Amino acid sequence: MELQVIWFFLWGLLWAAYFMTDGFDLGVGALYPFLGRDETDKRKMINAIGPLWDGNEVWLITAGGVTFAAFPLVYATMFSSLYTPLMFILFGLIIRGVSFEFRGLSENRLWKKTWDICIFVGSVTPALLFGVAFANIFMGIPIDGKGIFHGNLFTLLNPYGIMGGLLFLLLFMHHGALWLCIRTKEGLQERSIHTAKVLWPVMLVVLAVFVISSWFYTDLYANYLVTPLLFAVPLLAVVAFAGSRIFLAKEKFFPAWGMSSAGIVATTFFGIIGLFPNLFPSSLSPEYSLNIMNSSSSPLTLTIMLWVVVIIVPLVIAYQSWAYYMFRFKVEEEDFTY
Amino acid sequence: MDVVLLSRLQFAATTMFHFLFVPLTLGLSILVAWMETRYARTGDEVYLRMTKFWGKIFLINFAVGVVTGITLEFQFGTNWSQYSAYVGDIFGSLLAIEATAAFFLESTFIGIWIFGWKRLSAKAHAAVMWMVAIAGNVSAIWILIANAWMQHPVGYTLRESFGGQRAEITDFMAVITQKFAWLTIMHTLAASIVLACFFVMGISAWHLLKKQHEEVFTRSFRMALVPGLIFSIFVAVQGDFHAVDVAHSQPAKMAAMEFHWETQPNAPSYIFAWPDPEAEKNSIEIGKIPGMLSFLIHHDFSTPVIGLKDIPKDERPPIALVGMAFRVMVGLGAYFIIACSIGWFFRKKLQEKPWYLKMMLWSIPLPYIATQAGWIVTEVGRQPWIVYGLMKTSDAVSPVSTGQVGASLVGFIVVYGLLGLAGFTMIAKKAMKGPDLPEETKA
Ligand code: HDD
Ligand code: HEM
Ligand code: HEM
Repeated sequence: MELQVIWFFLWGLLWAAYFMTDGFDLGVGALYPFLGRDETDKRKMINAIGPLWDGNEVWLITAGGVTFAAFPLVYATMFSSLYTPLMFILFGLIIRGVSFEFRGLSENRLWKKTWDICIFVGSVTPALLFGVAFANIFMGIPIDGKGIFHGNLFTLLNPYGIMGGLLFLLLFMHHGALWLCIRTKEGLQERSIHTAKVLWPVMLVVLAVFVISSWFYTDLYANYLVTPLLFAVPLLAVVAFAGSRIFLAKEKFFPAWGMSSAGIVATTFFGIIGLFPNLFPSSLSPEYSLNIMNSSSSPLTLTIMLWVVVIIVPLVIAYQSWAYYMFRFKVEEEDFTY
Repeated sequence: MDVVLLSRLQFAATTMFHFLFVPLTLGLSILVAWMETRYARTGDEVYLRMTKFWGKIFLINFAVGVVTGITLEFQFGTNWSQYSAYVGDIFGSLLAIEATAAFFLESTFIGIWIFGWKRLSAKAHAAVMWMVAIAGNVSAIWILIANAWMQHPVGYTLRESFGGQRAEITDFMAVITQKFAWLTIMHTLAASIVLACFFVMGISAWHLLKKQHEEVFTRSFRMALVPGLIFSIFVAVQGDFHAVDVAHSQPAKMAAMEFHWETQPNAPSYIFAWPDPEAEKNSIEIGKIPGMLSFLIHHDFSTPVIGLKDIPKDERPPIALVGMAFRVMVGLGAYFIIACSIGWFFRKKLQEKPWYLKMMLWSIPLPYIATQAGWIVTEVGRQPWIVYGLMKTSDAVSPVSTGQVGASLVGFIVVYGLLGLAGFTMIAKKAMKGPDLPEETKA
């Protein structure tokens, strides 16, 4: 039982880590056509995330892999019932991933334009659809006792789902703008500062609406009502985003980005805590919901995997931090690699 | 078409596509790391130009490999959810370990390698490339352990849980140390080195024929020739051991590989044959070598080898495809040894043998064909099982609609088709442009 609880929170943590890390490079991709006004600025934006985006994306692969290992039934049901949105996410990540490398390989205008579009579409689609998917999970997915999905893509595109998508997109774009503030100077940096400032209130309004409408659309608050202390987590999100804005005003960009990271993690955990002990609730009947008791792996597997995670993930964090530290400097034209 | 067939087609298309790029990554990462180490040790500019040239090609190839890998990680859940629920306890852990132990390392360090030229010393930068090479090969090891478990499940027990039966792990060490896995690992990694060496030799040959950048490309050619020769021999010898193991653990696959119908002592091999599954015999048999199969598997002519007739009809894999793919792989394996041996004799006077250089240029695609053929033997030969002896492929599929899988399959064909075209065109373009001139090459 305890093992399952630990794994539930590790599961949440891995998704949160993914949103926090890949979030800013997806956000930069979403801002790309707007802030990248000329070729130099475009290349600066690509080079600003170039060294890090691939390592960030592995958090997604790990989150998926850990779902498979610790809660196989959830992996099976989640990925097959969300088949169509997942395929869109995949195609998005595929065309985006090659763009960074391919774009610079030819000077042909049509070639560059094609990959510019791929960067934008391939960043916005996953950002939106992860939001849609998670909002729908919070609400409950129409799955029956056999894990068969009774719905289609449009079932997921309900008002709450769309709001979730919009929220994720805004969180990531704001996060990405802050990253650009760290890694660029002059015109591009000024525009990034301005963008972050403009996005900030919009993001907070959508966040507030989302949190409030969760009361009507979902059962997330049940756990909070039992243990009111848990309200500290959404509160932390608000504090973090407030802190982010204050640091931005003081032009302390790295702390501002750090606060935004904390805000994204806290926002994710707002939902994760509300879900507990469910991982994949059914909207047809609570009996069909997949929770930590009826979907986990054997205790032996959970133990082995716990050792793996406890030993390796701190190492990963260590060398990824080193990479972040190495690539904190402002991108200059002579540094262009892509 | 039903969901099972569409899902099989999609899985086959997406893994085969992934594996067009993976072996070059595995092999070339080692060669590039080695070139850069030479540069760091000697300070010789030629090695730096080699590192940059082959490194750039490596990166284009790598990009396509990475993005197509993500598809595979998701696809077990999207398309084979019954399978995922059944084996997640074991198979899922191996995938998760692969991601945490290898992918993070590989993708973080490749970022450092690409962008870190000015930030790190030559030695440290070379060490970073070694990390990439090691991480890539470690990732291959984990995924192949997972695949080997599907081929030859060990260290598990079947348990009732959550209202259904599933395989649960009992002995993790047995899973990761089993012989089948390590035979597969050695064979695949060695084949990847062969592929990378032929790639390097082929492109070097093209430039040597044009008599340009001769210093860079004679060195590159020779650098690839030695491991090319060693590992071509290794793949063939070790492949024989692998085949012996397959014969014991998957008799149906071996019988299909050899078009072998009757269980009999003194079992023959054929150089070429064509099966007639209805009549349960071969309609064409060419080059029969009596006793050869018994001898290869049991090292003794008189021991019988199980034939297809002793395997229930609904447990036989597609025979023609498996048998033909096996012949293609083995035939090419023999050719690789010969091609590298010739190169060894001419290693000091490559430029004087344009016919040999042309031959090596046209050999670039052959290891690709051999590795794809090898995987067809492995995976199609396992059919109709998804986990050998435990679960049939037809029981493994997700409860999704034909429309969904049909649409995603078309999507993959279009996107991957364009991606493959763009990828290989760019690789060819870079390869033909050649390395930067000495004065353009900056450390
Ligand atoms: C350069 C490529 C290459 C070459 C020259 C060979 N192979 Fe191979 N072979 C592969 C590349 C490969 C592979 C990487 O595609 C496979 C797929 C799965 C595996 O373990 O390696 C494979 C699979 C594979 C299998 C199936 C294993 C299974 O079912 O799991 C057998 C029995 C052999 N090989 C045997 C041989 C023999 C007897 C060879 C003699 C020349 C040979 N291979 C050359
Ligand atoms: C990269 C090299 C590989 C290639 C080229 C390859 C090729 C194929 C092919 C051709 C099929 C279709 C077989 C059929 O349905 O008749 C298939 C099926 C499959 N393979 Fe592989 N495979 C590779 C590696 C792997 C690995 C490493 C795994 C697991 C870790 C794996 C898991 C599967 C699964 C789950 C299926 C679908 C079920 C089935 O059709 O049996 N494959 N593969
Ligand atoms: C023989 C079979 C396979 C081998 C040797 C192999 C090896 C590799 C290697 C070396 C990479 C690094 C990128 C590249 O070079 O292309 C890679 C990428 C990847 N592979 Fe495979 N792979 C195989 C099959 C599979 C399968 C069946 C899966 C599905 C679970 C998979 C999942 C992935 C993922 C998710 C990535 C991206 C990692 C990243 O973002 O860095 N691979 N694979």
